[in-house]
Amino acid sequence: MIYLDNSATTKPFPEVIESYTAVAANYFGNPSSIHRLGMEAEKLLMQARAQIAAILEVKPSEIYFTSGGTEGNNMALKGASSFYKTRGKHIITTRIEHDSIKRVMEQLEQDGFTITYLPVDEQGFVAVDDIKKHIQNDTILVSIMHVNNETGAIQEIAAIGELLKQYPKILFHVDGVQAVGKTPFSFKDHHIDLYTMSAHKFHGLKGNGILYAKEGLLLSPLLAGGGQERNMRSGTENVAGAVSTAKALRMQMENYKMHFSKMQELNKFIRKQLESMDRTIVHSPVQSVPHIINFSAEGIKAEVLIHALEEKGIFISTTSACSSKINTVSKTLLAMGVPEHIAESSFRISLAYENNKKELEEAMTVLKETIHWLRGVMNK
Amino acid sequence: MKYDRILIRYGELSTKGKNRKKFVDKLRNSIADALSSFSGIKIDGQRDRMYVVLNGNEADAVVHSLKNIFGIQSFSPAIKVERDLEVLKDAALELVTSIYKDGNTFKVSARRSDKTFSLDTNELNHFFGSHILKNIPGIKVDVKNPDITLQVEVRSEAVYLSSENFAGAGGLPTGASGKAVLMLSGGLDSPVAGYLSMKRGLELEGVHFFSPPFTSERAKQKVVDIGNVLASMNGKFVLHIVPFTEIQQLIHKQIPENYTMTATRRLMLRITDEIRRRQEALAIITGESVGQVASQTLESMYAINAVTSTPIIRPLVTSDKGDIVDIAKQIGTYDISIRPYEDCCTVFVPASPKTKPKKEKVEFYESFVDFEPMIKEAVDKVETIVLTGKQENNSLMDSLF
Repeated sequence: MIYLDNSATTKPFPEVIESYTAVAANYFGNPSSIHRLGMEAEKLLMQARAQIAAILEVKPSEIYFTSGGTEGNNMALKGASSFYKTRGKHIITTRIEHDSIKRVMEQLEQDGFTITYLPVDEQGFVAVDDIKKHIQNDTILVSIMHVNNETGAIQEIAAIGELLKQYPKILFHVDGVQAVGKTPFSFKDHHIDLYTMSAHKFHGLKGNGILYAKEGLLLSPLLAGGGQERNMRSGTENVAGAVSTAKALRMQMENYKMHFSKMQELNKFIRKQLESMDRTIVHSPVQSVPHIINFSAEGIKAEVLIHALEEKGIFISTTSACSSKINTVSKTLLAMGVPEHIAESSFRISLAYENNKKELEEAMTVLKETIHWLRGVMNK
Repeated sequence: MKYDRILIRYGELSTKGKNRKKFVDKLRNSIADALSSFSGIKIDGQRDRMYVVLNGNEADAVVHSLKNIFGIQSFSPAIKVERDLEVLKDAALELVTSIYKDGNTFKVSARRSDKTFSLDTNELNHFFGSHILKNIPGIKVDVKNPDITLQVEVRSEAVYLSSENFAGAGGLPTGASGKAVLMLSGGLDSPVAGYLSMKRGLELEGVHFFSPPFTSERAKQKVVDIGNVLASMNGKFVLHIVPFTEIQQLIHKQIPENYTMTATRRLMLRITDEIRRRQEALAIITGESVGQVASQTLESMYAINAVTSTPIIRPLVTSDKGDIVDIAKQIGTYDISIRPYEDCCTVFVPASPKTKPKKEKVEFYESFVDFEPMIKEAVDKVETIVLTGKQENNSLMDSLF
């Protein structure tokens, strides 16, 4: 099997699973219990929080454990807009956000908020000036994804943060689900108030995520109850999940330091192969993470190619995994101005640090053959 | 442009006359400890300043590690350049170019500690300023509020170029003022008292009273975590945990209720003093602040302090609670201190402790029991932990992360 769908999910590191089972079996206490078992669990939770904070160079009190990217995005947007709604009811975001931002924005519109959806250019980038142009007196929140899940484009978070620094009343939320361990960033230097992460995108376990919320920021909690996570997110803490997430993050960051240049080489190789193919267009811009390469093979039915490759043990994807069950055309590509018939035949190869040149050579050979064969069958 | 060293300026050290070398050596040790994880770093401690030679290490990471070291007034990443005007000109331009962003303004701030150099301060400013103006299109001079300040320091051995000054933690180098023990309760005040003492160059060891099952394991953990915060400031913090249950129960049995608090504090102080003696320290530090609670009225302090003639240093004695909280937040102990675990079991807290206890009375009540052997036993059974500022864990748990 050659797995090239790492933006949908990654294979958990075996060490992460080991940590999870060890904690779940041996430290099963409720962190809120006052006896020793509770205390051990609480200690592990604190250590997980401290390790994550140290890696991200923030304070432990700025780290909240969530159930993943969707919850983190919901918690940030609904929590902030509800808490700060007396300041204003205008929010700025983009047309290429993940559904867990987009649908929340639609809900907020129902609640009387006005949302500005910024367009992107042909490369898939939001213009910083465009954000500035749309800031109003009642703007309370700007939410921009860090790395696009379909094309890998890295938005100019640093420049946007620099701009928003001049508007202390506007919160800056960044959906960083696809960015962790794939591109350098700094919460402090980029003036980010809220940042969403998801463990299963960096070889952790599904159902675990992290929300960074800058010190002093208040959110209305989505989940009220026992007051865990400093009242921001009630529910008995998933200690095993938190510990395994801390481990996954550590390992991902180590891989990032060690293997990022190798990843850039692999990206170059794939691009070269794709560019040498007939009627194939690479959509991922130059300024994108090396892990994601989005391309179209004109005239090929997306789903057919996916299944044909699957038969040969190669896994790639069409568009965003979360909505790929519904036959929708990539909204990111459409927003970039890609014609619909080309966007319909778009694919995403997404890598992990463990992928190697050999398997990619094999995958590209098979991809070429399969596309050639399909074109013959379908007379395209 | 890569910085090749960090220039460290002493604060109060420079007033220390004949003892200066001792102070500089202490500071060098603190810096060496803090930078032990970097390889190839050289520390060159001179009479009036110190250089950390980076040998290829990133300046940013080292800067981060220097910010909390006591005894540093300020520091700057710098480049050492030979005293040749042509070479200097190019190096200065390269440095400014590397940090210049469109629309930035600059100024040159030259200093000449070596008066034999061919150009004086004004000439230096002009020399570098004109070269930069000529070679960076669009850059302007702004002497009042520049975005970039090029600092040029001419010394007899070389010229140092830098552009940023970071404030150091101030104070005196750790250990320069000797050793004291700190009574740590887990509350808000004692960690701040500890921090301020460390800042004045005291090396500290902590003492904490632990009365299981009346106080919880979590209260002890709080103190360990606080100890780790203090350790992270100078690399190490020794914590003595005193088993106090038996003495507390005996006090409760023997002493009239409204005097239990006074007697408890007196015994804590006697035990702390014994630990101080064994650890060869010369003073006791507490987080007391006049009038804050019943045990911190002047009458209480007088009655409690009577058990020892050892100097008791109370750095917060005249501080308001709000100011103490501000420092606690700044040093990172606030969040730990406010964890809601009892550190003095409610069972033993009298409903109305005496705010004006009489020394003679408490002595009379205590005279019916010989506490001395119990004090000795408690000190003998002290659990001593050496904290390094990293979360202490057993290796079993470490493997989980």
